[in-house]
Amino acid sequence: MLYKIEVRDKPGIFDAVAGAVKGDILDFGIKAVKGVRFIQVYNITGDLAKEEVEKICAALLTDRICQDYSINPAPEKKLKDKFIVEVAYNPGVMDPVEESTLKGISDLGIVGAESVKTAKKYIIQGNLSASQLKTICDKLLYNKLIQHIVKPDAPGHKTGNFGYQFNLSSVGLLGASAKKLLALSKKGQLFLNLNEMQAIRDYFRALKRNPTDCELETIAQTWSEHCSHKTFRGKIKYTEKIKRAKTKLIDGLLKATIMKVTQELNKPWCVSVFKDNAGIIRFDELYNICFKVETHNHPSALEPFGGANTGIGGVIRDPLGTGLGARPFLNTDIFCFGPPDYPFSKLPAGALHPKRVMKGVVSGVRDYGNKMGIPTVNGAILFHEKFIGNPLVYCGTAGIMPRDKSFKKVSAGDLVVVVGGRTGRDGIHGATFSSGELTHESETLSSGAVQIGNPIQEKKMLDTILQARDKNLYSAITDCGAGGLSSACGEMAAELGARIDLDKVPLKYSGLSYMEIWISESQERMVLAAPQEKIGALLEVFENENVEASVIGEFTNTKKLELYYKDNLVCNLDMDFLHNGLPKTVKQAVYTAAKHREPKIKCPQDLTPALIKLLAHYDICSKESVIRRYDHEVQGGSILKPLVGVDNDGPSDASIVQPVLGSAKGVIVSNGINFRYGFIDPYWMAASCIDEALRQIISVGGALKQVAILDNFCWGSPDKPDRLGALVRCAQGCYATALGFGTPFISGKDSLYNEYSVHGRSRAIPGTLLISAISVMDDVRKAVSMYAKKAGNLIYAVGQTFEELGGSHYYDLSGAIGNSVPKVNVKKAKFIFDILSKASAKGLVRSMHDCSEGGLGVALAEMAFSGGLGINVFLSSVPYAGERRNDYVLFSASNSRFIVEVEKEKKE
Amino acid sequence: MKNVKVCILRTAGINCDQETAFAFSKAGSQAELVHSNDFIRQKNSLSDYQILALPGGFSYGDDIASGKVFANELKYKLEEELVRFIADGKLIIGICNGFQVLVKSGLLPGNSTFEQEASLIINDSGKFEARWVYLKNSGKCAWTRNMPEVIYLPVAHGEGKFMVKDKSVFNRLKANKQIIFRYGSAQGEPSGYPDNPNGSLDDIAGICDRTGRILGLMPHPERHIAPSQHPRWFNLKNKKEGDGLEIFRNGVEYIKKNL
Repeated sequence: MLYKIEVRDKPGIFDAVAGAVKGDILDFGIKAVKGVRFIQVYNITGDLAKEEVEKICAALLTDRICQDYSINPAPEKKLKDKFIVEVAYNPGVMDPVEESTLKGISDLGIVGAESVKTAKKYIIQGNLSASQLKTICDKLLYNKLIQHIVKPDAPGHKTGNFGYQFNLSSVGLLGASAKKLLALSKKGQLFLNLNEMQAIRDYFRALKRNPTDCELETIAQTWSEHCSHKTFRGKIKYTEKIKRAKTKLIDGLLKATIMKVTQELNKPWCVSVFKDNAGIIRFDELYNICFKVETHNHPSALEPFGGANTGIGGVIRDPLGTGLGARPFLNTDIFCFGPPDYPFSKLPAGALHPKRVMKGVVSGVRDYGNKMGIPTVNGAILFHEKFIGNPLVYCGTAGIMPRDKSFKKVSAGDLVVVVGGRTGRDGIHGATFSSGELTHESETLSSGAVQIGNPIQEKKMLDTILQARDKNLYSAITDCGAGGLSSACGEMAAELGARIDLDKVPLKYSGLSYMEIWISESQERMVLAAPQEKIGALLEVFENENVEASVIGEFTNTKKLELYYKDNLVCNLDMDFLHNGLPKTVKQAVYTAAKHREPKIKCPQDLTPALIKLLAHYDICSKESVIRRYDHEVQGGSILKPLVGVDNDGPSDASIVQPVLGSAKGVIVSNGINFRYGFIDPYWMAASCIDEALRQIISVGGALKQVAILDNFCWGSPDKPDRLGALVRCAQGCYATALGFGTPFISGKDSLYNEYSVHGRSRAIPGTLLISAISVMDDVRKAVSMYAKKAGNLIYAVGQTFEELGGSHYYDLSGAIGNSVPKVNVKKAKFIFDILSKASAKGLVRSMHDCSEGGLGVALAEMAFSGGLGINVFLSSVPYAGERRNDYVLFSASNSRFIVEVEKEKKE
Repeated sequence: MKNVKVCILRTAGINCDQETAFAFSKAGSQAELVHSNDFIRQKNSLSDYQILALPGGFSYGDDIASGKVFANELKYKLEEELVRFIADGKLIIGICNGFQVLVKSGLLPGNSTFEQEASLIINDSGKFEARWVYLKNSGKCAWTRNMPEVIYLPVAHGEGKFMVKDKSVFNRLKANKQIIFRYGSAQGEPSGYPDNPNGSLDDIAGICDRTGRILGLMPHPERHIAPSQHPRWFNLKNKKEGDGLEIFRNGVEYIKKNL
C-alpha cells in the first residue's frame, strides 16, 4: 500500500525554502512570480494501518509547532496563475532521507514500512508563460540526471527494483580488426586507444579466449587516465619553441619533475610520499599528518551539487584510506567558475549557467563538509569565461594518525571486507568518463556517472573505522573511489591476487549484474583487509554502530584477480597484465612562447577608481558569503580563522588549525593558484603558485623548514600537442621552484581532458595549477594575522616590486593580458621568507599580509578595512625596479612581497 | 561527589563529541563518549553518569528536521532512563544539534508529558551560517552561575530560529526565568541580523527547563575553551581562558556540591 504524505508550513510561518526559491526566480528576470510555497512529500509503501500512518505523520514527519500534514491529499485544484511542480528522484538514485525515515518509523514501534521516497513540491503563483515555467523547472528546480517532474496523475513513485538473470557475456575481441577494436572501445565507453585495445586483444589471443565484459571493463578502468595517469607516467616527445626550438624525450614527466624534487631534497620528515592515497609527513612524537587534494570537475559540470558533494566525500576517504586510516581534521576547497553575470543567451548548448554551478557546488561542499564535522578552513574562488561548461572543483582534506598507523600491508589469507554504504547502479563509468572530454551530449550519455552523497553514512563509517584501527583489527585499508571495487580491490591485491564473490556485496536494490556490482562507484564505501582471526571482533565494531560490513572474498597468492558470481567465474585476469600491461605510448608535446597585446594604459591621476574596481573584481572581492556557509570551527582547533579582523571579515592569508586539542603545535594550510599567468608562460605560473602558497605560510608566522606541497594540474586534452607542451613547461617550473625553496611534493593529482566541445568544436580550460601547502607550526601562539592592529604603527613593504603586470588583475580591468609575467627569484625570496619567519618568532610583527591579486593596493586596503583603521603610505618609498609609475607600483603583481606592521619601539 | 562522570552521547552524524569531551575534562570531570546503541542494547547504563551532554552535529543527517529522528529515539527507546536521570537531580546540556534534540523531544522547555512546545526551524536567511555572536546572559540556571553578563561564542547552524507553540509557552519561559541566553550586540542590546543570526523569537539563543538543570543552546561553548579560539586573540593576549569554559565548570561544580 502506498501513502503519500504532504507536510507544509502552517499559515503565517515564514517559509525560508520557498523564499529562497522565489528569490532565485526573480534573479532569472522572471518578475511575474508572485509567490512560492513549498511542500515536503513522503511516499511511504508498506503494510501499514491507518492509525500507524497517522502516528508516523504526527510523531515523526511533522514539526507540529509550525507544520501541518495531510495523508493522500486530493490533487491540488487547477487554478489560473497557479502552477504545481513536484520533483522526485529518478529510479536507482539514492534518496538520502530514506534510511533515517525508516529508522524513525521503526523507533515508533511500527514494523510494516518497506520504502520511503521523498519529493519536493512547489506551488508557484504568478502569470507565467509556459516557457517561463519550463525555465524555472529546468534551470532551478530539478536536474534531469537525477530527478524528474512527477506527472500530476502518475500512480505514485517509480521503484528501482528490477529482476536480474545471470548471463555471462563476453566480447568478441580475438578476430577484431583495428576499426572494430576502436568501435568496441567507443561503444563500451572504455576510452582506450588502438594501441591499448590491441594489447588487450593480444593478451586474450595468448589465452585463446575472448574476454568477459567484466574483464574488459576492469582493464579499461585500471588503464584509464584517471587511475593510471598515463600522461604523467608515459613518454613524451617535448619540443620547446621559445627562441629556438629544442626537442627532448621525457620518460615519465612525474618522475622527471615533481617526484624528483622530493627525491633530491630527501627530507627526514617525509614519511610516505606518492605511494598511498595521501602524502604523509611527521607532526610530532606521537602523530603524523597526511594531505590530499582531488578534483571533481566533470561531475560538477553536469550536477553541481552532487558533483561537489561526492567530490568532498571522495577526498575525505583519501586520508581515511591512507596508512591504516587518518582522522580528517580540515578541508580546503578551491573553485574556478564562469562569471556569475554571464548572459544566458551566450551560454554554449548543454552548459549550466555559472551562477547555478557556483550555488550548487558551494551547497554540495557545505552539505558534506559540515555534516562530516570537518572544518573547511581554506580556499579560493576564481572566475573566467573559459570555465563555462567545465568548472574546476578542487577539494582537499588533511588527516592525522598515530605514527604506528602510517603503513598498510596485505597478506595472503586476509579477508576482503567491504564497509559502509550499499552498492547500487550509481556512478557507473566515472573513471573512464572523466578520462574523456565533456560534450554537449555528456549529460545524456554519462548520466550514470553522476551521484549524490550520503555524508552521514560516511561519518558512521569514519567513526567505526577509527575504532577498529585503534584495536588493530585490520591490516590494510583503501577507499572505493573512481572504479569502485574494481579499482580498490585491484590495487590492494596487485602484488598477491584475490578471489571475490560478487554476490556477497550488499546491494541497494536487486537487479545489478555482476559487472555493475564490480564497477559501480556508489559512494561511502571502503575496503579492508582483515586477518581471519580478527574478523569477528572487526564486524562487531561496525555492528555496534549500525554500519554494514561484509566479507566478500580473500586475498590469495595466485597473482590473479578471480571474480565469481554465484560460483560462476566471471573474471580471471593476471595481476601482472592488469597493472603492468599498459603499453607506453609516446605523446607529442609542443610549447610555443605566447605573445599577447601590450595594453596602452595611461597612469591615472587618481588611483581610487582603479582600486575600487579591483576590490570589486570577482577574483578579489570578499568571499564571506561563501565562507560563512562552511563550518570552519568544528573540532575546536581553529586558531587562525579564514575570516579575521575587528568585524571578522578580512581574508586570512592561510589558516592555522590545532589537530590535537591542548597541544601547542598547529598545522598551517594555504594555496596558490593563478591561471592568468599560464596564458603568458606556464613555467612562471608554476613558480608564482608555489611562491604564493609559501608566502601565505610565512604571512601567518610560519617558516619554510617544514612545508610540504601538493600539485594539482587541471588541463586540456594531453592528446593535443599544444596543451601537453604547456603542461610539460608548467611541471618544469614546479621542479625548479620547489627545489629552490626546499619544499618537497608529497602527493598530487592530475585531471586532464578538461575540454568542453559542442558539435565537435572543442575548447580547453586555461591550464590551471593548484599548489596546496601544509606546514607544521611548533607554537601556534606565534601566529600572525593580516588585519592592521593599531594606529601609529609603522608599515613596511618587504620585497621588491617590479614592472610585472602581465596577467595582473589591473590589466584585466582593461581586458588585457600583457607579457610581463611575474617571475620568482627563489634565492632572494627564500632570504626574505626566512627573515620574516624569524621576526614573527620573536614577536616583532603585529600584522602581515602577502601581496597577491591586485598587488600592494589591494593588500593595503584589505589590512586597513579589516583592522578598522586607515593607512598612510608613500609609494615613492616602495622598493621598485622598472618604469616608476604609481599605478604600476600599486598594482604590479610581483611575487615574494609582504606588507608588515611593526610597533615603533620595535623598529630596530 | 568527587569524581563527576559525564556521558557525551553519540549517534550517527554527531560530530562535536570530541571537543565537548575535551571541554568537560578541562572543567575537571571524567568525560566518556557513549553511542546511543550502548544504552538501547543495555551494554551501558545512563545511571552511571551524573551529566548527560548532547553534542552538536547532524544526528541522522538532520533528515526530516534537525534533531528530530534522534529526539524520537531518546523519547521512544530511552524514556524511562531519562526520566529517572532527571528525577535524580542530575544535569543535561544540549548544544546546537543537542539543543534541537532537547526541544524536539519535549525535554525543553519541559513538561511532564514530553510534549513538544517549542521548535528550532530554518534560519530566516534560509542558509547555514557560521559566525561569532555575543550572548547576553540572564535567567536562573545551574550551568550559568557567576558568568559575565555578555559572552562571545560561535554559532554554526542552518536551523536555529527559536519559536514556541503559542504565547502562553513564551510567557511561561519569561515568568520562570528560563530564557538564559539572548543574541545581541557587544553590549548585549538587541540588534537584529546578523547579531541575531537566525531570526529567533525575542533573540533567544538558549533556554533551560523549570529546574534550571537542563540547558540547551545553539552557540558552541565547547569551541571557546582556550583564549586562542577567540577570533581576535591577537589583540587580547591577557585573556586567560575562553568564554565557554565557565559553563562546563558550573555544571561539574554543581554536581560536586549537590550530588
